[in-house]
Amino acid sequence: MHEWALAEAVIAATTDIAEKQKLKRVREVTVKIGELQQVEREIFVFALKQLKPFSLEKTQFRVTRGRTKLKCRACGNAWIFQKAKLNAETAEAIHFVPEVAHTYIKCSRCGSPDFEFSEGRGVWIENVKGER
Amino acid sequence: MVDPRTSIVEERLGRIGRIIAVSSGKGGVGKSLVATTLALALARKGSKVGLFDLDFTSPSTHIILGAGDAKPREEKGLLPPIVCGLKYMSLMYYTGDEAAPLRGMDTSNALIELLAVTIWGKLDFLVIDMPPGIGDAVLDLIRLVRNTEFLVVTTPSQLAFETVKKFVMLLKEMNIRVLGVVENMKMNSGDGIRGRTEELGIPFLGEIRYDPKVEEAIGKEARLLETAIAQKVKELAETWLSENV
Repeated sequence: MHEWALAEAVIAATTDIAEKQKLKRVREVTVKIGELQQVEREIFVFALKQLKPFSLEKTQFRVTRGRTKLKCRACGNAWIFQKAKLNAETAEAIHFVPEVAHTYIKCSRCGSPDFEFSEGRGVWIENVKGER
Repeated sequence: MVDPRTSIVEERLGRIGRIIAVSSGKGGVGKSLVATTLALALARKGSKVGLFDLDFTSPSTHIILGAGDAKPREEKGLLPPIVCGLKYMSLMYYTGDEAAPLRGMDTSNALIELLAVTIWGKLDFLVIDMPPGIGDAVLDLIRLVRNTEFLVVTTPSQLAFETVKKFVMLLKEMNIRVLGVVENMKMNSGDGIRGRTEELGIPFLGEIRYDPKVEEAIGKEARLLETAIAQKVKELAETWLSENV
């Protein structure tokens, strides 16, 4: 249910964006969830629905998954994150704080923990559409 | 692309009376011991206190406290476990005994993640054990938690104080409240650090004599509270409690 806390952040950020962009109505918000954080999409979507304030009552949240791309800073190797390669305890730790991936995942080519998440780290808002 | 997490940080910390970041320009000055004993002293006086270890690459407050097997609970966020009467959070819960090789951007992201998902609830004080230096954690905390107050720890060493000086001057320039400087591991009677701190217009909060018994007290709450650090820190805690009345 840690998804709930992330959904709260999305609602708060959407409200902030609407205020900054002076949107009278927010029609659609596109949210991406990176594979690395292993957010349970159904729980996340449910939380968004439950948490919607009156001002976002008619807003549609489009939640899609995105692959996580990693790139080794030491040797340049690039690869795609695969949860299946992790044990349950490690997967859970990365779910809570994705950066601890540096503790458990190593570059498949050179073994370095010094890599970057070039795409798909966690939860981010890709787009907010509405009317002024 | 917008990172939504920063929008919720203020709300997550909204029910906390005071946020005190225990910092230093240098490592090895006893910052984690000061932070831990401060949190314990405030809690012993009846305050609701949280302790947050933000020294991600070298966390040590869990060792100082002798934190057992309790883990954060997942319930619409992460609920910190109670350790020695404190709500306690550390990245150590997710790295175990392994190293956390984090670059600046990763430190920043991990810090924002924990600020966004940790449910502290109502607290009188949140004590934060900062990493040494003026890096990402300090800058992020200042950016995201504007009401943070800094307690700065130094040793009598000129080398330690030189960086402390730069640190407190920067905080002053940024209009961040500096509670004062504590001189730890004092071994002689000189008052150079006091004078140099006061020259900066920063309160000198006192000196803590070098106490060889500290090492034996690590991991033992009761003995920890008998150390010279804890005795001095208790005085500070009492001052801040009276300010809070």
